[in-house]
Amino acid sequence: MSTSAMPTYDTIIIGAGMSGLAAGIRLAHYDRRVCILERHTTIGGLNSFYRLGGRNYDVGLHAVTNYTPKGTRKGPLARLLRQLRMSWDDMSLVPQLGSTIAFPGVSLKFDNNFETLAAEVERQFPAERDGFRTLASKVVDYDDLNERTAAGSARQIVSQWIKDPLLLEMLFCPLMYYGSAREHDMDFGQFSVMFRSIFLEGFARPWQGVRVILKHLVRRFKELGGELRLRAGVDRIQTESDRATRVVLSDGTELEADRVLSSAGWVETMRMCALPPGDQPAARDLAPQAGQLSFVEAVSVLDAQPRDLGCDRTIVFYNEQPTFDYRKPDDAVDLKSGVICCPNNFAYRQPLEEGVVRITALANYDRWQAMSADEYRDAKLAWYERMVASAARYVGNFRPRVVATDTFTPTTIQRFTGHVNGAVYGAPRKRMSGTTHLKNLFICGTDQGFVGIIGAMFSGIAMANRHLLSGGSDADTAAATELAAQESL
Amino acid sequence: MTPGEIKAVILDILEGIAPDEDLSGLKDDVPLREQLELDSMDFLDIVMELRKRYRVQIPEDDYVNLATMNSTVEYLAPLMKDLS
Repeated sequence: MSTSAMPTYDTIIIGAGMSGLAAGIRLAHYDRRVCILERHTTIGGLNSFYRLGGRNYDVGLHAVTNYTPKGTRKGPLARLLRQLRMSWDDMSLVPQLGSTIAFPGVSLKFDNNFETLAAEVERQFPAERDGFRTLASKVVDYDDLNERTAAGSARQIVSQWIKDPLLLEMLFCPLMYYGSAREHDMDFGQFSVMFRSIFLEGFARPWQGVRVILKHLVRRFKELGGELRLRAGVDRIQTESDRATRVVLSDGTELEADRVLSSAGWVETMRMCALPPGDQPAARDLAPQAGQLSFVEAVSVLDAQPRDLGCDRTIVFYNEQPTFDYRKPDDAVDLKSGVICCPNNFAYRQPLEEGVVRITALANYDRWQAMSADEYRDAKLAWYERMVASAARYVGNFRPRVVATDTFTPTTIQRFTGHVNGAVYGAPRKRMSGTTHLKNLFICGTDQGFVGIIGAMFSGIAMANRHLLSGGSDADTAAATELAAQESL
Repeated sequence: MTPGEIKAVILDILEGIAPDEDLSGLKDDVPLREQLELDSMDFLDIVMELRKRYRVQIPEDDYVNLATMNSTVEYLAPLMKDLS
């Protein structure tokens, strides 16, 4: 009876970012008919890249977190490589040189060896030595696969062990900047995941940037028979009672699939689901669920290596006050804190051709969104200068060596990722199960709850295994978990 | 398939899952979990690879047989003896 030429897939994946691509690889590996739909002309989503004035720029995270050296068998990176059948070398990861958390009058250095940070804490906060060790052991013990609901306030829980409020703020600063969708506080579960990924594991970057990883994922996905459609924005997901039936693209194309996995975000995905008339309040209820935290990034290209100008750190998290105010600012940009990244300062065998300094600060989406085109252009220039001036205290005055700049704002992020409010880390409430009100619609990526490049890929893998591949039912998983936990026979 | 061939299949699956591992020193009587730090997702992958490649269905209750190479081959021998 089917006479149309409408393609039918086992699974349609919305979004060709890290999570969608990783999920796609899992499905294609197990011979599922899978299609990834990407609204934009390029892949990557929140972690992407672009070319401007003959130069390559990265967007998204400054570094890959969760770095562990080759040969490591435990941790998210090792598990991810096994799931994607990848070799460690495929990621082309090069470890950081060393980073700093800089607060007024005190700074803590850290690198990919946890003892560096432990020694710094002991030196700067001698009274906190034991508490810090206890905290680290609690974080190691935290099981993110079995205790997903550890939703208690991280500030409250961590302050049991860290008594000095300044150290508490300093430890939270990088963890929040690199992954908190919640203002001011985090869930303890999220705190633990971030603490491990940054302090216990570490930072790395491929010499050519994140594009190397993305290109590898796409190549693998296509080799396995997966289909990737660019410029294929999803307009809506058609539903019938409790099921998604079709995906309708912006150009009117309709696609059919047994299941849909969306990496577009929770609110964003719910908005795609065509609501029956009379259900309109549901759409209104979604607005308060959207994330509020967005960022501005000022990118400077230099005609010198940053270390020759006095900046030898990989990443500097700075804060100008004793307390760290992680929330949507009233002004367009919050100059009180920021993150400075020098992509040059990783242990590459050969240096990057040009110096680059990326400065990221909290920003207010509404302010940027309300500007006229002229105001927006002027504001970008003005805030670029202010951010560079603020950062000069920590990385020196590189302004005279700047040969090219670019600035992206919450509205840029909104435009290229589709995230409501340009909320980089998505909605504050995560949906660890990945399930929705529709039986065959699932979510992965930022709003499922894992962040960072490795975390995003892991999210795609976990949701594909659990909801889209038969081996991943609760009974299967329980049996396999039991086997993996057996001491010996 | 002979037990030797089944072992080669398992090694091939393990090599696919962990391409960076040197499997030449793998001990047949020591749990795979211990030697390779395999987790529950990896054991599910072994089950799924066997299903994908040979249509061998392994019920959850039988996963326990996949602990070591010896126990895996022993368990699979009757299920795979008619495969070529």
